[in-house]
Amino acid sequence: MASYILKRFLQLIPVFLGATFLVYYLVFSLPGDPIAALFGDKPVNPAVAAQLRTQYHLDQPFIVQYLLYLKGIFTLDLGQDFSGRPIAAVLGEVFPVTARLAIMALIFEAFFGILFGLLAGLRKGKFFDGTVLVASLIVIGIPIFVLGFLMQFVIGVQLKWAKPTVGAGAPIPDLILPALVLGLVSFAYVLRLTRTSVIENMNADYVRTATAKGLSRSRVVTVHILRNSLIPVVTFLGADLGSLMGGAIVTEGIFNVPGVGNRLYRAVLSGEGPTVVSIVTLLVLVYVIANLVVDLLYAWLDPRIRYDS
Amino acid sequence: MTPENSYPKMDSTEAIPHFVAPLEETPLQATDKVNEDEAPSSMWKEAWRNLRRQPLFILSALLIILVILVALFPGLFSPLNPANDVCQLQNSNGPAAAGHPLGFTQQGCDVYARVIFGTQNSVTVGVFTTLAVVLLGGAIGALAGYYGGWVDAVLARISDIFFALPMILGAIVVMQLPMFRTSRTAWTLVIILALFGWPQVARITRGAVIEVRNADFIKSARSLGVSRFRALLRHVIPNAMAPVIVVATISLGTFIAAESTLSFLGIGLPPSAMSWGNDIQSAQASLRSNPWPLLWPSFALILTVLSFMMLGDALRDALDPKARKR
Repeated sequence: MASYILKRFLQLIPVFLGATFLVYYLVFSLPGDPIAALFGDKPVNPAVAAQLRTQYHLDQPFIVQYLLYLKGIFTLDLGQDFSGRPIAAVLGEVFPVTARLAIMALIFEAFFGILFGLLAGLRKGKFFDGTVLVASLIVIGIPIFVLGFLMQFVIGVQLKWAKPTVGAGAPIPDLILPALVLGLVSFAYVLRLTRTSVIENMNADYVRTATAKGLSRSRVVTVHILRNSLIPVVTFLGADLGSLMGGAIVTEGIFNVPGVGNRLYRAVLSGEGPTVVSIVTLLVLVYVIANLVVDLLYAWLDPRIRYDS
Repeated sequence: MTPENSYPKMDSTEAIPHFVAPLEETPLQATDKVNEDEAPSSMWKEAWRNLRRQPLFILSALLIILVILVALFPGLFSPLNPANDVCQLQNSNGPAAAGHPLGFTQQGCDVYARVIFGTQNSVTVGVFTTLAVVLLGGAIGALAGYYGGWVDAVLARISDIFFALPMILGAIVVMQLPMFRTSRTAWTLVIILALFGWPQVARITRGAVIEVRNADFIKSARSLGVSRFRALLRHVIPNAMAPVIVVATISLGTFIAAESTLSFLGIGLPPSAMSWGNDIQSAQASLRSNPWPLLWPSFALILTVLSFMMLGDALRDALDPKARKR
């Protein structure tokens, strides 16, 4: 097991380096001057531009820039954003908000997705199953920004069940509606995945054995069917945590959540390269670690998988 | 068939009592009979036979044909061309009127004409991104799965790198670059969405190719002297296409949604281009007073995305016997 963890960890290194390199290259090395873009329509002040170039090492060869940036990541010195605040402090402020939002969305999609998926799978081919399938397809088909607007308009503005925008500090009650929107599409995927998996496992020999032994229906369903069906679902959920945090950019924009996505979007619009790179790096890191955790969770869910072989 | 017929008559006077229950068997001729009049059935023919009976498939196929017709010949569906017919501010947020069935936007533009003419950009981005993704991801996935070894290891790591960047996030980073800020067209979007969209197709293709590459018919082709690369092109890839087609159909919907999302964020198609995403974005300001200019392009978008996803779903059921619902 230990050697497996080590091996998986070593595999992460090239992915992390590659992804950060890619983003860094895209932001800083493609044609177009990020510093000139920063001035917008105003004339470029040569002194300020030179100062900024030195500050972000843009006067150095590209590979040196990248290595200096990597060093910054490991020493947690990410530089400053263009208003002069340390990027690390900005991230420390926005990251918890998005993490809270993404985890709420994840809990919502996992709980309801698995519940409905299990019920639909057990009632395969019945009316409930068909309804749930069609409904989930419709949910998957609606782009998240349209979904966000519709929910904001109907629930927030017309019905007034929740606040249409999130207040300062992003308290948890305010985040319920955005989390619902954020998790809704993945909810449909979790549901379908659980359903397929449950249908596959329902006819397995060990389920028949468990029933024949005289175990109660609820025990057969929860322990024998559900637990075995959860393996693909857990993979999806792990990978989804990363996409939820990265995908929160649209939801956060609509509901005005002061999170990572919102900050990233502002950085993108104002052309703050260093902030963009730092935030994307953080999101890549979350994604990669979530995938590692998923791999390790397999052992707990399915003891048939052995890592040492 | 009665059980007595299946036993030879005993030619003796005394009847032998039966202690074993009579067998009920299908005669061998019946099972061995092959219908030689029918042409040999292929996976695709069987899939087509299965598809024709699915209401979901028929519905989505009709919708897709309609959407493609609208994209190719928008003039047939709307007498007004938003490019020529200047919007009248006096019509701002106006309700439906004669000749303007869906009312007006805040700028006084005809909503129906804009929805019809906005189809083209969305469908262009969706179709060509899917083509690019299938070609790029399919080629990489097929090479990785077929040759294995270090080719696979290197290609897998590369696709992992792109996989770690969610598509919308990657597209946002690229679209904000100075070189893309000034000139953006549907083709820019195609390139960028394809750049971050190919790993998924590569993964699916790789898996499918690995499943096929050791099949007996590949071995027999190779032993007949077909070269390794030719076997990949002529025998492996055609037989590994089914899951790729399913994923491509579903992705087409995703790419159309992604184009709208980026346009909505202001970093997709330029504001002058007609697109559902742009229209939804500009209608956002007057959402509370007049939601219709936001709702109609949204409906068009949802319907289009949904029909491609339904088609993919139906194809999956038809092409993958394991996942077949019934």
